[in-house]
Amino acid sequence: MIALTKLFRTVTFRLSLTYLALFGAAATIAMVYIYWNTTVLLSRQLHQTIDAELKGLAEQYKAGGLDQLVKTVADRSETPGNSLYLVADAQGHRIAGNLSAVSPELWNSLGPVEFVYSRPAPGGTETRLAYANVFRLTGDYRLIVGRDIEERRELARVIGSAMLWGLGFMALLGIGGGYWVSRNLLDRVDEIGATSRRIMDGDLSRRLPVKGSGDELDRLSEGLNSMLSRIEQLMTSLREVSDNIAHDLKTPLSRLRNRVEAALSEPDGGPVYREALERTIEEADGLIKTFNALLSIARLEAGAGGENRETLDVAGLADELAELYEPAAEERGLVLRASTDEPIFVHADRQLLGQAIANLLDNAIKYGAPSDGAPVSEAKPEIGIAARVAGDMAEIVVTDHGPGVPAPERERVLGRFVRLEASRSEPGSGLGLSLVAAVASLHGGTLKLEDNEPGLRVVLSLPREREALINGTPEQEPRAETHHA
Amino acid sequence: MRVLVIEDDQETANFLKRALKEQGHVAEYAADGQTGLDLARGGAYDVLIVDRMLPKCDGLAVIGTLRAEEVRTPALILSALGEVDDRVKGLRAGGDDYLTKPYSFSELLARIEALARRTSPEESNTKLVVGDLVLDRLSHKVTRSGEAIILQPREFRLLEYLMKHAGQVVTRTMLLENVWDYHFDPQTNVIDVHISRLRSKIDKNFGSPLLHTVRGAGYTIRDSAH
Repeated sequence: MIALTKLFRTVTFRLSLTYLALFGAAATIAMVYIYWNTTVLLSRQLHQTIDAELKGLAEQYKAGGLDQLVKTVADRSETPGNSLYLVADAQGHRIAGNLSAVSPELWNSLGPVEFVYSRPAPGGTETRLAYANVFRLTGDYRLIVGRDIEERRELARVIGSAMLWGLGFMALLGIGGGYWVSRNLLDRVDEIGATSRRIMDGDLSRRLPVKGSGDELDRLSEGLNSMLSRIEQLMTSLREVSDNIAHDLKTPLSRLRNRVEAALSEPDGGPVYREALERTIEEADGLIKTFNALLSIARLEAGAGGENRETLDVAGLADELAELYEPAAEERGLVLRASTDEPIFVHADRQLLGQAIANLLDNAIKYGAPSDGAPVSEAKPEIGIAARVAGDMAEIVVTDHGPGVPAPERERVLGRFVRLEASRSEPGSGLGLSLVAAVASLHGGTLKLEDNEPGLRVVLSLPREREALINGTPEQEPRAETHHA
Repeated sequence: MRVLVIEDDQETANFLKRALKEQGHVAEYAADGQTGLDLARGGAYDVLIVDRMLPKCDGLAVIGTLRAEEVRTPALILSALGEVDDRVKGLRAGGDDYLTKPYSFSELLARIEALARRTSPEESNTKLVVGDLVLDRLSHKVTRSGEAIILQPREFRLLEYLMKHAGQVVTRTMLLENVWDYHFDPQTNVIDVHISRLRSKIDKNFGSPLLHTVRGAGYTIRDSAH
């Protein structure tokens, strides 16, 4: 019963009822119209027929008087059909015709009249409806010419019952169909409700049912499902962060603790203590850096941060960072070449994007030197940063001639704390590229690692600022290719 | 220098008080926002150190109220919230500098000393002088012992910042923030290399070095003859 009231409350069911009422009314109007028109048509035919008969009989009467009329009526009465005739004297006795008894009302009326008469039928008499014209002849004789119109009454009855059955059938179909459709919808909505309750209970891997019919409920479910996927992805990355913290922060923490413990066990502290404390601070600073980077990545991946976006020249930013890193590169015996000729505008957070590019340069400087034994083509190995336009995207390309990243590892090194064996000797947390990837996706861009043959080419693409392209931008001197040396 | 520390963590506050005293500064301390606000209104402090999350009255609200009352004492915000957006919010509320926890004391000290100096009139000097090193902010010329030194634009700004804070310790992050306007942590020693380049230009061929490295803290430029 509860299910039924729930059903009646559904939008679909109420809509079906409304449509049912509308169609019912339309059908009734249509049938009444048909009946009405048919009746009018039949009446017209009836009058024409009777008029024709009368005209004929009037001619006979004029030509041969009453005798002639009686004769003709008697003749015509013999012919089978729906025509009714009667010639009677002043006392109401029939002289000729196929109408047997005449009621006093009919007898006394004049002109057209509807009446009921009886006629012999198999197994007795039957009463039927008729229509007739009554005339008085000389000597108070009567001439009645009419037609049986029982069939018209029959028609009304048939149409009436057709209407009744039709409407009944329609109501049944409408209510049944409404019930079925609503039931169907209600089931699906209930299913969605049950699934969402299960999701709320913690089973994030569940998805709302999609029938594949592409209807509105499917589309709703698909939208909600992609939302759920995003939530699940965020939850997974959160869980990953905590796993990472557990693994990669505990190691340096225990190292730190061991060092302090070892220093404490020294009998006379002095310089040993001092050294241990200094190393402890170093280690703690490293931990803080890692921790900050982790938090930033998690925040960025959750779509937070970057509220301070502005239209900025990414080529200019790359150039600035090249200038910042150039002495550091030189110290490592590398040449940093910047090719950032024209301003390219993007809508980005300067600090985040700056950090991302800085991380790329940092990597290039750390790992960009050609590995031992590799042929050195130039006097000084080169690392490069370039800004270029690629369709709708602005690309920052950082290249080096170092050992590169083997193709199968390229996806993996974007993950947190992933460090290649070869890079373990360098200080670093394994979070640099993860942060760049997070910054890229926050800004609607991508990060790709490619083969620089030899070395690594990292391409950071960001959507270009459209408005800046159209409206023109604060004019900036195009930069010639700079060669910091 | 008189410093007001508004910090609800007793241990941190005591540590700051003691450490500041060791550096020859006078530190007072308030444990909540309301007390801090009252003290800051009345006392003549050179610098405020304000924790962002405080009982009774939030740190940003304290600074906002003071600024609305025309109290211009420089304020350093201490916060565990370290994202760029939080920083921008802190500076918009009227803070003059922002330092993320955990921090090193030398960083904090360098920053509050820089803040206290900011109110001094030297800010408007067109010529900065340290020993025989002269930097002309108008003509962008640098001379040492009367000899012209050619600097790249960024090197000029680096030197300018150091000289503006002559005698004070300037940390690497302060340089990165104020000379390059980057508020993130570079992994490598990028600043050190810039400093050593600058040093080779201003100190190398001259008698006594002016640009000194302060171990574990940063750099300072000063005339060692004094």
